[in-house]
Amino acid sequence: MPAVQETVDRVKRIDVDQYRYGFETLIESDKAPKGLSEDTVRFISAKKNEPAWMLEWRLEAFRRWLTMTEPTWARVNYPKIDYQDLYYYSAPKPKKQIGSLDEIDPEILKTYEKLGIPLREVEVLEGVVRPEGERRIAVDAVFDSVSVATTFQKELKAAGVIFMPISEAIREHPELVQKYLGTVVPTSDNYFATLNSAVFSDGSFVYVPPGVRCPMELSTYFRINERNTGQFERTLIIADKGAYVSYLEGCTAPQRDENQLHAAVVELVTHDDAEIKYSTVQNWYPGNSEGVGGIYNFVTKRGDCRGNNSKISWTQVETGSAITWKYPSCILRGDNSRGEFYSIAISNGHQQVDSGTKMIHLGKNTTSRIISKGIAAGVSQNTYRGLVTAHRKATGARNFTACDSLLIGDKCGAHTVPYVEAKNSSATFEHEATTSKISEDVLFYCVQRGLSQEEAVGLVVNGFVKDVLQQLPMEFAVEAQKLISISLEGSVG
Amino acid sequence: MNVAVAKKETGRALSDSFAIARDRLPGSGKVAEARSAAFAAFDRVGLPNRRIEDWKYTDLRALLREVLPPAPAPDAAALSRAAEAVRLRAIKGVRRLVLVDGVFAAKLSELGGLEKGLAVRTLRDVLEAGDAALQAQLLAPDNSNPMVALNSAMMTDGVVVEIADGVVLKQPLHVVHVASGTAPTARFTRSLLRLGKAAGATLVESYIAADGARAYQVHDSLLVTIGDHSRLDHVRLVEDSDDAANICSVVVTLGARAHLNTFGMASGAAVSRYQATIAFAGEHSRVETNGVNLLNGRQHADTTMVMDHAVPNCASREVFRAVVDDRAHSVFQGRIIVRPHAQKTDAKMMTRALLLSDEAEADNKPELEIFADDVTCGHGATTGALDESLLFYLRARGLSEKEAQALLIQAFVGEAIESIVSDELRELVVAAARRWLEARQ
Repeated sequence: MPAVQETVDRVKRIDVDQYRYGFETLIESDKAPKGLSEDTVRFISAKKNEPAWMLEWRLEAFRRWLTMTEPTWARVNYPKIDYQDLYYYSAPKPKKQIGSLDEIDPEILKTYEKLGIPLREVEVLEGVVRPEGERRIAVDAVFDSVSVATTFQKELKAAGVIFMPISEAIREHPELVQKYLGTVVPTSDNYFATLNSAVFSDGSFVYVPPGVRCPMELSTYFRINERNTGQFERTLIIADKGAYVSYLEGCTAPQRDENQLHAAVVELVTHDDAEIKYSTVQNWYPGNSEGVGGIYNFVTKRGDCRGNNSKISWTQVETGSAITWKYPSCILRGDNSRGEFYSIAISNGHQQVDSGTKMIHLGKNTTSRIISKGIAAGVSQNTYRGLVTAHRKATGARNFTACDSLLIGDKCGAHTVPYVEAKNSSATFEHEATTSKISEDVLFYCVQRGLSQEEAVGLVVNGFVKDVLQQLPMEFAVEAQKLISISLEGSVG
Repeated sequence: MNVAVAKKETGRALSDSFAIARDRLPGSGKVAEARSAAFAAFDRVGLPNRRIEDWKYTDLRALLREVLPPAPAPDAAALSRAAEAVRLRAIKGVRRLVLVDGVFAAKLSELGGLEKGLAVRTLRDVLEAGDAALQAQLLAPDNSNPMVALNSAMMTDGVVVEIADGVVLKQPLHVVHVASGTAPTARFTRSLLRLGKAAGATLVESYIAADGARAYQVHDSLLVTIGDHSRLDHVRLVEDSDDAANICSVVVTLGARAHLNTFGMASGAAVSRYQATIAFAGEHSRVETNGVNLLNGRQHADTTMVMDHAVPNCASREVFRAVVDDRAHSVFQGRIIVRPHAQKTDAKMMTRALLLSDEAEADNKPELEIFADDVTCGHGATTGALDESLLFYLRARGLSEKEAQALLIQAFVGEAIESIVSDELRELVVAAARRWLEARQ
């Protein structure tokens, strides 16, 4: 079945030409010389006042990167990237030492205000008493290569939560960084992750101590502003025994003719009984309707459920970027650990999305769930690529996968490339694309109470992702919610 | 380092045997040129390894190590052993065409009283003296697949069957591949079946071993064209000896309003790979393809299917079942391609694996590649063990553990087997499955 008109209109509304975050902020910036060499790596490390071990770590990654070749297996086409034609470091020029939020360049603050990111701790400053239980969000804002502000530092500190730019964490908590950095995504992992290890400039670091439930949402907001820059951020989140943290990530960039490179690495570690919920609204500039410009988004995200009964949940709403190459994964190492992946990927215009997940079952009784919805319009290509594998010793492993795609127009493509590997008999894997099979009894229950099959499916899918979507910090949350409720009629695979 | 050296050495051994065999292989001129080009294509890559995406789960470099030298033509003793094997597996009411060690055995085949409109020739004859169009068709397969290229270079014999327009064969054709030579050697065969318009046929293929045949390799390929309004029923049984290898490539092209119903079962061979490409060239055609793997010991069986919807209004159904015991390994890779403008395509694929032992492995890769919007495509894949509660139910009613398992396994593979239209052939397959289950007990 082709898509109904309502669906077509809804998708049109978020068309590439209407990118609303495409403005540019004019501020002076401090850049590293163009190009990539050991000197660039040393320059970045020196800018960040890093200890010697960190520089060594970067250089090792850089030398390894030189021996690697760019992967070509994904279903994306782009002109060869000239890695020497990029700036690897760009920071808003500091007018003076920043002591408080008031001293941040007002231009940058204005940028974030325009984006709807509440950076100023207005309520705190004005002593406004907030009702108990109301949600607040601590934000770490990354502008080009550096983190410009992190809010609610004090309150988080009182709870014992460390939330700071990773460049600061390297200086202030070297023992934690050294213990965890590169243990989930090793420096040799893949071409883009290795490049990131060599030249990452900033990103967020979160450590939640044992038994602590992080008192508020944590959020990082990435903005690429400078021309010809690559943004390489690195995020490291650790939830110690019994801890819980929910983390949100948002990204936008100005509209430019040339392509900008974004190669991030995100590492998550959960110990026994801990949980991390990681949500992304990726809204990088996708290029114009002719396919000129846009961000190349080559991201490595991986979570390691190291402890028993731990849980990692990835939620992503992908609407931006000219190219998306992203596979948030879970290594289910601890017994009874759980991995989740909920994704909505919308491609329009000339966008190319190759995204999916890996669920690697190593521990006993590990469970995972993958819900992926791809919507392709225009002349875009939207690919789901996923792996579910159970190791010999992963007895009782269970996975449920449902990936649906919707095509709007006959010039786009939707593709599904799942790998399902079972190496022991007690593993139970279900992979399906037929929407009517999402959960027969739940559907039956809904239909019995008067909902149509489609409404019931919509309700079920919404139920999975709703609580995450509602917490998204940007106005985009509303849009995303609308997209989620797009009826599943005409779904293919 | 060792692997690289080993690869070179086996590569050289094969180059030598190709150089020696080349003059004796049927066909000259264009055919010989095509053989050399195909061999060069194979030689560039060698046996495919797991770094090649299509061979990710079936690393022939590790599983086969080398391509064995071509088998010599069967002598009288080999032929009589083959005759005995054929007799044991004979199917009633079919026209038998037998290939022994890669050579057509006229004595064991039934060539008398051919129905009107049915022509049967050997590949050797066609390559040596056939018309150019037929030769071109035989040499058409894509040499970018190394195992197809190897087959194109080395093929010695096979059957070339043509069914004229409007002819519906009453008697099924049964092509039997018998391995009879006692030395570990390879057989390279290629067959072709051409159905004209509004024609119909049933083709049964079986792969068996005569007494004494061991550690041999079968490299086979089959080309099928189904004309407009024609129908082909196809059943394929791999019952090679448990130390043999069976690598088979199939290319099917369907015209308009054509119908293909195909079923394959692999219970024999240590290593088997069945790679099929089914392409729709005319509208309103339909394909049902079904498969069962019954594996134990250290068997490795791979089914790789490409369903190419190049035109609108066609339907395809794929049902695949794997039963994997001991340390066996079953692989299913299915790809549905819906090309631009192939609107109203209706394609479904379902693959399920049943793991009976903790060391068994099943890998599924059901892919969709869709470039048209007005289509319904779906796939499903499940992997799991036998349902404990069902087993308990049966045990509570007095069945032994093995009996209960056998009953559930039969039901599990039944869905794929049911698709066979002919009662006799279905019974034959059910009996083969039952033999496998009985051997388990």
